[in-house]
Amino acid sequence: MKNTLSSEKIALGIRRRVFEHCIKNNGAYLSQACSSAEQLAWLYNEALHLGDSIAPSIPEEFKGVPSASNKNYKTGAGYNGPNNKDYDRLIFAPAHYALVAYATLIEVGRMSEEGLSMFNKDGSSVEIIGAEHSPGMEMHNGTLGIGLSTAAGIAYGRKLNNEKGQTCVFMSDGELQEGQIWEAIQVSVFYKLDNLWAIIDVNEQQVDGAMSDVLDIGDINKKINSFGAKCIEIDGHDINAMRQAKNEKHDGRPLIILARTSPYKGMNFLKTRFPRLHYVRFKSEDERNKMNLEISKELGIDPIIY
Amino acid sequence: MTEIVNKPYGTSFKKYASQNKNILCLSGDLTSSCEVDIFRDEYPNQFVSMGMAEQNMMSFAGGLAMSGFTPFIHTFGVFAYRRPYDQLLASIAYPRRRVRIMGFLPGITTPAGMTHQAIEDIAVMRTIPNMTVIETGDAAEVESICEQADNVDGPVYCRILRGAVPRLFDSPLKIGDIRILNSGSDILLMTSGICTEEALRARAALISQGISILHLHIHTFKPFNEDKILDLISNIKLGVITMENHLVNGGLGTTISEIISKHGLSKKLIKLGLKDTFAHGGSKQYLTKYYGFDAYALINAIEKFIGQKLNIEEQDLGKVRIEDVHSLSKAEAL
Repeated sequence: MKNTLSSEKIALGIRRRVFEHCIKNNGAYLSQACSSAEQLAWLYNEALHLGDSIAPSIPEEFKGVPSASNKNYKTGAGYNGPNNKDYDRLIFAPAHYALVAYATLIEVGRMSEEGLSMFNKDGSSVEIIGAEHSPGMEMHNGTLGIGLSTAAGIAYGRKLNNEKGQTCVFMSDGELQEGQIWEAIQVSVFYKLDNLWAIIDVNEQQVDGAMSDVLDIGDINKKINSFGAKCIEIDGHDINAMRQAKNEKHDGRPLIILARTSPYKGMNFLKTRFPRLHYVRFKSEDERNKMNLEISKELGIDPIIY
Repeated sequence: MTEIVNKPYGTSFKKYASQNKNILCLSGDLTSSCEVDIFRDEYPNQFVSMGMAEQNMMSFAGGLAMSGFTPFIHTFGVFAYRRPYDQLLASIAYPRRRVRIMGFLPGITTPAGMTHQAIEDIAVMRTIPNMTVIETGDAAEVESICEQADNVDGPVYCRILRGAVPRLFDSPLKIGDIRILNSGSDILLMTSGICTEEALRARAALISQGISILHLHIHTFKPFNEDKILDLISNIKLGVITMENHLVNGGLGTTISEIISKHGLSKKLIKLGLKDTFAHGGSKQYLTKYYGFDAYALINAIEKFIGQKLNIEEQDLGKVRIEDVHSLSKAEAL
């Protein structure tokens, strides 16, 4: 399914939606929309070969966790289309970016707007930390570091099955602090998984603040390349750069795109909160009001009525 | 004389997996230690070497299951849950992936000490939702475990015996079943894993003393066949003894005490096994004796129930089967 909108336009729509949600609900994972909007817009709009959504446009209520007695259990992967040997498969690793993922699904026409009104409501599947039954998700990634390993396993299996479809992981840079990520790169290189690729939102932020202060991870491009994967570093807000990076040959090894981003891209006023950007909750009505006025101006919309 | 089978797992896995091309044999750098080296050599396309990276191995296995394969993970029991517990839950247990985890060196069956001895694995595994938990106790059970585990729609953890394994039973393991080894009315004895062979050493001596023991062998911890033992517990005269190669907390003893309290059965229970302690490195016969869950410890427990000393000495018990530290049936002395 190709959207008729440009990826740039979709990215703007994602920022607007997440911003509106943040102002109305007095808090959200807002900076993640700033850093990742272009990546998610590009993934859904251009990069991934996905079938039409097979999930209900308005998400169903929570239907229980997987168990032997829960026969009707479904993951949220249906929003990314059917599981088919020719289609790509997306693993969405940073589950706390869920709000941004939902906004993306709406912008690309895979979920209705009403889906967002169910966000973080009791009994809803549209959870604050993407669960595997949440729209667009296929597995729990709330514990960071397991996404790439899982995708490597999927890619290995798909190679054995001679499937054409690729496996893509959307990641964030904070999780590179987890040892499992490096185990996953190690195994993907060893098994020459060139049907596996990842794009990492390198916004250099984590819960406690800037990664350089919390636990600096050094030159990740050099690290990933020396682990043997093909690593390309780009401006994560430049969609043309993403297109080029994806076209780079990476025969016999996985491709990892480092998308260097700003956690306040498109909402420069957010910079006033640096380095506490992981979850934006307003400290006062005054701050909320000021953010509303300043950022809505930047996004080209009227201030949000709340 | 008990028949001893060499490497029953290696033989039966090869037989089963070679006929089921959907199965992938994963190994965490313990391929010969888990007896799957013969399979690797003959069926390299079904073998995936995962190296020493258990966290990745668990999530990777989840991914393989997501693309339609059935991974059989081979590693020592401890390495399947201690380090990669988070991955075990998020990548395998929660989504009910069809992953079969084969945990070798259960309990104190290794001289390699604390780091290698899975003494709380059953406690951990049986509390995880969606997990099926099995422990093999002889060669016949090891020979049937692959097929049985593979019939489960969801993840399975199995305690596997390796090397020279005695054949105690003439029928295969059937998940959910409980084996009745001896009928009796005074004491209900439930044993699992290697403790069943150990308890059988006391059988002749106990019979000669006129003690009537109902002896059950337990291999399925989850789902536990509560129905089958309810009446047996209710009708027993003196009390219940559990004997396990595991901490007495969280495993067989705890399972039985939960059932006793749930149904208000008011029976005394003596739990033999590791009593809230880590173990150290040593032989099986030394460790079971040192930590109080060998055949003689069983005699002592029975004496407590009948309230008198039995005229049974160590030498009256069946001979201890000593395993060679170094033998062709094991990859290493561990």
